[in-house]
Amino acid sequence: MTERPTRSEATLDPSEIDRFARLASEWWDANGKFRTLHQIGPARLTFLRDQLLRHFGGGERAGLRPLERLTLLDVGCGGGLVCEPMARLGATVTGIDPAQENIEAARQHAAGQGLAIDYRTARIEDLVAEGAQFDAVACLEVVEHVPDVGAFLKTCAVLVRPGGLMLLSTINRTTKAYLLAIIGAEYVLRWLPVGTHQWERFVTPAELGRHLHAAGLGTPVLQGLAYSPLSDAWSLSGDTDVNYFAAAAKPG
Amino acid sequence: MQVDAEPYHIVIAGGGSIGLALACALCDALGSGLRIAIVDRVAFGSATGPRDGRASAVSAGSQHLLAVLGVWPQLAQHAQPVTAVDITDSALDDVFRPVLVSYDNTVGGGEPATYIIENERLNAAILAGVSRRPSIVLIGGAAVADYAADQHGVTVVLADGRRLRSPLLIAADGRGSRLRAAAGIGVVGWAYQQVGIVVTVSHEKPHRARALQHFLPAGPFAILPLTGHRSCITWTEEEDVGRAIVALDDAGFLSEIERRFGHRLGRTELAGPRGLWPLEMHLARALVADRLVLVGDAAHLVHPIAGQGLNLGFRDVAALTEVVADAARLGLDIGSSIVLSRYERWRRTDAALSAAAFDGLNRLFSSDWTLLRTARSAGLGLVNRLPALKQFFVAEAAGLTGEVPKLLRGEPV
Repeated sequence: MTERPTRSEATLDPSEIDRFARLASEWWDANGKFRTLHQIGPARLTFLRDQLLRHFGGGERAGLRPLERLTLLDVGCGGGLVCEPMARLGATVTGIDPAQENIEAARQHAAGQGLAIDYRTARIEDLVAEGAQFDAVACLEVVEHVPDVGAFLKTCAVLVRPGGLMLLSTINRTTKAYLLAIIGAEYVLRWLPVGTHQWERFVTPAELGRHLHAAGLGTPVLQGLAYSPLSDAWSLSGDTDVNYFAAAAKPG
Repeated sequence: MQVDAEPYHIVIAGGGSIGLALACALCDALGSGLRIAIVDRVAFGSATGPRDGRASAVSAGSQHLLAVLGVWPQLAQHAQPVTAVDITDSALDDVFRPVLVSYDNTVGGGEPATYIIENERLNAAILAGVSRRPSIVLIGGAAVADYAADQHGVTVVLADGRRLRSPLLIAADGRGSRLRAAAGIGVVGWAYQQVGIVVTVSHEKPHRARALQHFLPAGPFAILPLTGHRSCITWTEEEDVGRAIVALDDAGFLSEIERRFGHRLGRTELAGPRGLWPLEMHLARALVADRLVLVGDAAHLVHPIAGQGLNLGFRDVAALTEVVADAARLGLDIGSSIVLSRYERWRRTDAALSAAAFDGLNRLFSSDWTLLRTARSAGLGLVNRLPALKQFFVAEAAGLTGEVPKLLRGEPV
């Protein structure tokens, strides 16, 4: 017997899983606990769509389903806030989440919307064991919740097919991020439940770049997410000081 | 056992100019893969009911939209540009009516700020535009009996029991919108103790593309140039006076017109049916509900004094097309509250400001109180001397100020 945690426990913190599971039924309430995720939806979907079209081609006049023919894995899919739009755009989507309750909520909602999405209560290691690979793997607002970012990204990268794309979003470890993402969003504005984020788990773009490189992925394209208090709207920007996105290709 | 509802991406209730233009714009933005149904209680293209003798002032912004939709070429020959507007402010029996303000009604590059088009022509041209887009499904002769929104979509039940299902339902069903009532959205508004008389006349002399607005004590009397030696008269009267005038025989009716019209266009003759319209104003308390959006007169009915009702509706069309297209291109649920609230934020201020401004104009000018007459004469005289201010009013009425949606700028979505 050994005291060392198993591999999956090293990449998932059980207390974090439970906390999100309690919130599962709230996923699709745009004015509920996940209001902020709904608010940033248009900006982050813009990043995902644009990077996918840039990398895999197509787009412009491709009609309602420009992502047809692409397979996409959403790691930590929650209630399906990213899976559903990607499926509507034509992608063949698999969503995994370690919390059964999230997956149940996501399945119910997708059925109501008439969307065929493969939702599974699974960990990335389960998919690696199956030998699964996808054109694109998205890990959004996940990296800042895992204890070992390097190990997590290495495992994720195995799931990207050669020539494929890894898509990430996370929060930078800056004073500005501490003030805005923790003090501002959790304590002052109450956008997020207190305790959602821990500052020391935030990842700088340089660190993320090194982890991605170690995982065998290319130099990431980075974009920031900016909030305009006047219009109460989020948009993509060049400022990566707080929330930011990254897209890194796996050599073919 | 109920039959399955027919699936669409968007169902539009109301096949008037606004509903039809919206369908064309959405189809162009998102392609023929987008399934749109337009439902109307009357059959499309049928000439049922009394003829609508009204004409509309189509702003430059609306003209841009119609051009992008490919509807303008068919309409151009029936559209009379208005390149100048003369305003007078007189008592009814004043023989001499000095022109108080005369302004150049053009926006950049001499483009007319307004065209006058007969409503029937406009509707026919947009309907022809719809028929060139075969992916748009027309369901005529079928009133919407009821609708029910849930977490995933809306089910629309027609009077004949037919059921449609879509993520988004658009109410373009006019001033007495049944969908607005069914959604429990109230209106703020009132009826004016005035009626609008509308008639087309032909006249001896050319109008030279000038519109004339007499501010008579009972309210505005507008002479809007139509193609040829014709004009559409839109005229406000106290309710009982208006009814009495419309009930006169042709000779009597014509003499009432001439009394107000003046003689600057020579001899006049009636050239169309006369219409009498109640004047009212309302503003819906909300522009959206669960999976429902209000556009056009269902959302806002403004006093016709500035001829802006139709243009406000086209601004709804342009903004909603952009909001829905942006959302669909991101794969978002186009009927979700996050999408609909963007439309509401975009359109609410414009609709409220327009309603208040046109109501204020009407109150200001529907008065024979001498002091008020003097004040407004001074005010208009002042506006006349400030070209920049006049230019702003012209651009505002043309729908080219504020956050202008792409279609009104003449750009595809």
